[in-house]
Parts: sequence; structure tokens; C-alpha cells
Amino acid sequence: MLSLWENILKVSPDIPLQSVLRSSSQQAEQINRVGNYFYLAAGFILLIVAAFTAFVLYKFGEKKNNGDKKTLSSKWEIAMIGIPSFLVAFFLYLNIKTINTVEPAVNGAAPEAIITAHQWWWEARYPSSNVVTANEIHLPVGKKILLKLLASDVIHDWWIPQFGNKMDMVPAQENYLWLDIKQPGDYYGICSEFCGAQHAHMRIKVIAQTQEDYNNWLKQHQQAATTTTFNSGAQLFMTKTCGNCHRINGTAANGSVGPDLTHLGSRETLLAGLLENNIQNLESWIKHPQQIKPGANMPDFHLDDTTTKAISDYLFSLK
Amino acid sequence: MKAILLDSIERDLPVAHRDRTLLRWLSTVDHKEIGKLYLMAALLFFVVGGVEALLMRTQLAVANNHLLGPDAYNQIFTMHGVTMIFFVLMPALLGLTVYIVPLMIGANEMAFPRLNAFSFWISFSGGLLLYFSFAAGGAPNAGWFNYAPLNQENYSSSPGINYYAMGLLLGGIGSVTTAINIIVTILKMRVKGMSLKRLPLFVWMALVNGFLIIAAMPSLNAALSMLLLDRLMEAHFFNTTAGGSALLWQHLFWLFGHPEVYILILPAFGIYSEVFQVFSQKKIYGYVFVAASTVAIGLLSFGVWAHHMFAAGLGNTVNSFFGASSMLIGIPTGIKIFNWIGTMYGGRIRLTTSMLFAIAFLIEFTIGGLSGIEFSIVPLDWQLTDSYFVVAHLHYVLLGGSLFGLFSALFYWFPKITGRMLNETLGKWFFWLFTVGFNLTFLLQHFLGLMGMPRRVYTYQDIPYYTILNLLSTAGAYLMGIAVIILIYNIFKTIKAAPMENKDPWNAFTLEWYAGSPPNEKNFIDVPVVTSRRPFWDLKNPENRDYD
Repeated sequence: MLSLWENILKVSPDIPLQSVLRSSSQQAEQINRVGNYFYLAAGFILLIVAAFTAFVLYKFGEKKNNGDKKTLSSKWEIAMIGIPSFLVAFFLYLNIKTINTVEPAVNGAAPEAIITAHQWWWEARYPSSNVVTANEIHLPVGKKILLKLLASDVIHDWWIPQFGNKMDMVPAQENYLWLDIKQPGDYYGICSEFCGAQHAHMRIKVIAQTQEDYNNWLKQHQQAATTTTFNSGAQLFMTKTCGNCHRINGTAANGSVGPDLTHLGSRETLLAGLLENNIQNLESWIKHPQQIKPGANMPDFHLDDTTTKAISDYLFSLK
Repeated sequence: MKAILLDSIERDLPVAHRDRTLLRWLSTVDHKEIGKLYLMAALLFFVVGGVEALLMRTQLAVANNHLLGPDAYNQIFTMHGVTMIFFVLMPALLGLTVYIVPLMIGANEMAFPRLNAFSFWISFSGGLLLYFSFAAGGAPNAGWFNYAPLNQENYSSSPGINYYAMGLLLGGIGSVTTAINIIVTILKMRVKGMSLKRLPLFVWMALVNGFLIIAAMPSLNAALSMLLLDRLMEAHFFNTTAGGSALLWQHLFWLFGHPEVYILILPAFGIYSEVFQVFSQKKIYGYVFVAASTVAIGLLSFGVWAHHMFAAGLGNTVNSFFGASSMLIGIPTGIKIFNWIGTMYGGRIRLTTSMLFAIAFLIEFTIGGLSGIEFSIVPLDWQLTDSYFVVAHLHYVLLGGSLFGLFSALFYWFPKITGRMLNETLGKWFFWLFTVGFNLTFLLQHFLGLMGMPRRVYTYQDIPYYTILNLLSTAGAYLMGIAVIILIYNIFKTIKAAPMENKDPWNAFTLEWYAGSPPNEKNFIDVPVVTSRRPFWDLKNPENRDYD
């Protein structure tokens, strides 16, 4: 058990720092503009309170002040209502203005992708091309796209810090999020509403691409699964009932409970960002799912080593 | 000054088994003994909740830690939150209210002494029932706000959440009955001359708080009952696979949950209002503003609950409304901070441990209040809600606000309750260790939130800066742990020491110090007719009396 964990520690994929203060989308930029005003005002208020307190403590200590009974004029009380009221009015204006620019009404616009959160992984469907994938979500840059956010079991929450705002995914409810990514690149996020045992291991990776690369990716992923080497893994995948929960396009496997595995070999990580995608990790996962991700819905089938190896080889060959 | 003789206590109260310690504590209806029971129960749960916090921080000290698995961690963080809110802060603040309010208004008892005992025991049983869940197959594991549908049988099959619902229902009943008792006591049992505009501010806050509890608790109690029906009898209020609503739970919970935040802070505001006056040796600056802004906060607190749901997809119109109402609360709260500093202005400040906690509160609570206003700005809430920034914010408000208030009260009223002074040197060690530890732990969590760390994760991957910030945060938690050990040592050492001679060690202003320290079983034999807001001051300084 311990050695298994040490193994995981080594292969845990590196994730660069993701700061909300870096605006990688137009939405994040709008939000951070409000943030800048706010942090400025808040810092100023904190400074005033601290300075006034320090001054009073310095000036009116028991030893320093003998009987000098000063009282603040009650005019200050009026100022203390006036100044905060002004600030409140200012931020109220910014607030309402920004809400409506960041998340304007959807008005029946077609979503670029439909993302469904599951315990504990992400499913992405692309309505324009019938592509289905999981956890690593490809999106185009430089245009305003709409994401439709759903949940299949409990409440989850979509959050890529550098894209600004998060949005809950509520079962039996449709939520939407506008997104306009500035630059191609990899962006990382994580489920932000507590969703049960493996809430900590529900990472999102967004691979933002130029429109051209994105179209190519979609085209490639529309293809059915092709496996370069013939092996028994494909058959075992069916006979061991893997296909009841997982889908592999072009085969009889068309379950929808677990992640789509049609192009599993082309992904960089497994288990919503927990492990690097390689044959060894795939084998460990199939053999010990409850040790690697305790509580996950993947059962332990007690498969022998040869079967595990064959299935892993087959899945990894699905590029 | 003329004193009036109180009638011998309004009616004879049962005082059972005066000679049997355990039976006496079990059967007492004396508001002072019940107050002490509340405070001791709160201390017990505080230690338990604190150990849970240290377990969490130990698990999070380094990346990819596997000291506690997800199963244990999720139970522990849930129990930490539920314990600290419902079985530490609530009973400690209510217990203090039950002890102090009758003394402050010159009464010999609460209005309903037997109900008072009932309230304590039913709340305490709620806490015990909640902890029994560990023995019954697993503690609740869906967080203190226990969102639907994660709280349903099919996603949390251990009985923990049933115990959560039953434990909090009992606690909720106890809180409502106490609140009724407090309101009636304040409105009906004040000594002659103590009009509402002469009420000590601690009593004012207790009064407003009583109304808040009565209005807020039913929403929680209804939600908990519906949850029990869902889990035990397959009703479908919150079961989304059978047509129930996930957001209904959130509305009901936060309609209680946000006023709850003020239920936890208003009594602390009352404590600070007394402490600042006594240790500045000066009366409050802007009495009317402090009292009136409390009423404003109380009213506004019922119109802000959906700011906990800005990311739930309620739509821009709803979000704008709740953003505006939440931001408005900043104004009456800011007024209070200003009034307390204004009270110190021109005073002769004595830096006792009690006062140090009150002064530290001004800064910590301003930080927590400002990040609170940040969450009322919807786009910033969208960015930071459910991240470690929220964990930092809520601890700045609840620790820097309510808990610092309780510590301040402990040092201020300990001589009143026990007749013995807590050691000030140990007290100052406790203050500095706790305050440094507190800021180390929670200030850094703001940055973790800004770096995208979500709350309630049992572990995290090795992302740049995560390990160092979390490790320091854990170190701060241990500092607070050491500080609390010093406090407990101080308490036990003091209880064994000889009683003090002077019943009024702080040269205080209000009537509870006119009674003995500790007070007799019957609080007062006679009480002065109150002619100002500082009756005990008037009595001690007849040539320099207040007229207000």
C-alpha cells in the first residue's frame, strides 16, 4: 500500500501555479479590474483603522493621560455614515455593470461544449461534432464561447482560476458560463464545491487551442477507435463488462457512467489529473482502484496480471 | 443614592440536593449555575473541535499526504465546523448571556428558570448525540452546510447525517427556548429606572440576538426535519433524482445560516462594548449609534442569504439584489468599529489581557469584514467563493470576532464568576501566542485561495507555493494549540488559588459588579434605582454622576 503511494507521489503530474490575479480570459480581466479597485479601497480602509487605533493607543495610555477627558465630536459619526455610503454606491455600480458584461443573458445561444460533472471526473461533449471526451477539455481561443454546465449526481463547481469566475453545476439544473480565452496554452482548475470522498482529486485541464488546431482535434476525435496492434485486450474489455460503464466509439462498449475511453491513449493524465497517463499507472489503477482513489465508482474486479496487462495495452493504444 | 429593596425572590425555586454535587448540577435552575454549565460544556467541545482542527492541519501540512484518508478527513472537517459553531460559540455566548444579563439588569433570576435548565440540557444532549455518531457507524461527512443532494442516503450512506440532523434539531430547540427566556427577562425584569435607553450595550445586543434566534432557527429546524424525512422515510424534498430540489436546501439553510453569523457576532459586540468602556475608563462613544446599528444589522441580516449562492446560477437580477443588501451591512458594522475606537479616544487605556483581545479584534475583524464586503461584490465572489479565501475570511470573522470576544469576556468576567483573577502574565502569553498563531494560520490562507486552492480538500498536489504556505499555516495552528493549553492551565491554577478580597477589581460600571464576586445564590438584596447608563459608576462616584 505504502509503496503504491510512493509510486504515485513520483508520477503525480506537475501543475504550474494558477493565480486568479493573472487574467487569461476577457472575463477574468473584467473581474480583476473590479478587484483592483476593491483591494485599493480595502487596503486604504484597513490602513486608516490600524493607524487610528495605533494613534489612540499611543496617545491615551493610562500612564500618559491623566484626567484629560477628550471626546470625539459627534460630527465624525455622520462622516462615518457618509464615506462608507459613498463607497458602497460606487462598488454597487461596478458590481452590476460587471455582472452584466461578464455573464450576459444566454438568449438561446448554442453552447460550444456541454460539460457534465460526475463524482469525480468531468465529461465534455461537443454538440457540433458529437465528440465526447473526459477531464482534458479542448477549447478554442479568441472568441466568446458558451459552456453549458450540468451535474449528473451531486453539486460540483467549474473553476479555472485564470479564467475568472466559477459556476456551480447543479443536478437537474442547466447553468451557463461565457468564456473568451486570450492565449493558447494549458490551464488548470479543480472542482470547487464539496462533492464527496474524492473532491480533492477532481482536476480540470483546459487545453486552449487556435481555431485551426481545435478544428483538427475535433476532426481527429470524431474518428472511431483504432487500435494498431491486435490483442486480446479489446475482447477482454468486453467480456469483463468494462463496456457497461465506459464507451469506446466504434465498438460495442457504450456505457455512460464512466469516462469515454475512445481516445484514452492521447490524454496526458488519468483520473481527473491524479496520475500521469502511462501503461504502468493504467495497470495499477485497474488492479487497485480503491487504493489509488478511495471511494471512486470504479470497482475492483480482482483481475489477474495478464488480463490487466492486456486491457491496459489495448486502452493505451487508443490514440 | 436611594436603593430599593427587592422582594424576596419572586417565587421559591426548587434547589434540589444541595449536598450532592452531581445531583445539584443536574437539577439546578439557578441562572448562574446554568451559565457555568454552558461555559464548561463549550470549553469541552472547544477542546474536541480544536483537536479536530489540528488533525486537519496535520493532514494538510504537506502535499499528497496520506495520514488521514478522504473518509476520515471529510468526517473530521464536518465535525469541526458543526462543533465550533453549534456547540462552542453558540452555547458559550448564550451561557454568558444567561449568566450576565440578569445581573446587569438588577434581576435575581431569569424569567423562566426551569426553561433555562431545559434549554441547556437539550442543547447539550444534541452535542452528545452528534458525537455518538462516531460510535454508530460514522460521523456526518458532508460539511457543516451539508448540501443536497450529497446529504441524501444514496451519496452518504453512513448514519452520520441522521445524527447531524437530530443533534442540530435538539440544539435548535434549546437555542429558541433560551432566546425566548432572554427576551422576556430583558423586557420584563429590569430594575426600576433602567429604561431601554439605559440598557447596558451587552444587554441590548442580547435582546436583538434573541429576536434573531427566534426568527432564524425555524428555517434550519424545518430543513433538518425535511432532511430526516428524506433519509428515513424516502420523502423527496432534496432528492434530485426523484424531482426534489438541490437549491431548496441552500435557500432554507442560508436563510438560517446568514443570520446565524450575526447570532454569533452580536453578543461578542456586546462584550466589546463593555470591555472598551471599562478599560478605557470612559463611557461609550455614540451609545445610540451602537444600539441602533445593531438593530439595523439584525433587520438586514434576513435579506442577504443568497450571497452564499452567487455561483449557483440564480441569475443576474437576483445576484444584484443580494449583492446590494449584503454590501449595505458594511455600513452599520463600520460605524461600530469607529465607535469603539472613539471610546478609547480620550480615555485612560489599561492594557489588560481582556483589553488586548478587544483591541486585536478591531484589526482582525476589519480584515474579516473587508473580505466579507469583497464577497458581496458578485464578480469577486464568483472568483473566490469555495476557495481557501473563504476559509480565511470566515475564520477572521468567527475567531477574530466571536472567539476573541469570548476570550476578552473570559478574562473580564472570570473574577465575577469565580471570585478569582486569572493570571495576567500567563494571560498575555496566551494572547500573543494565540494572535500570532491565528494570523499565521489564516492570513496565508487568503493567498492559497488566490492561487486556486479549493476548500474542503483532504489533500492537494504539489503546486508551487502550496506546500510552504500550508506548512506555515499548520505551524500557526499548533501555536494556537499551545496557547490554549496555557489558557487551560491558567484556569485550573486560578480556580485552586485563594479568592480575592475586592468584588470590583476592574473598577467597572455596570450592576453585575454591584453584586458579590461570585454573586450570592440570590443575586441582590437591594438594587439602586438606576438613573443613568452606568449605575455602578454613579454609586461609586456620587459627586460625578452621569445624567443620560
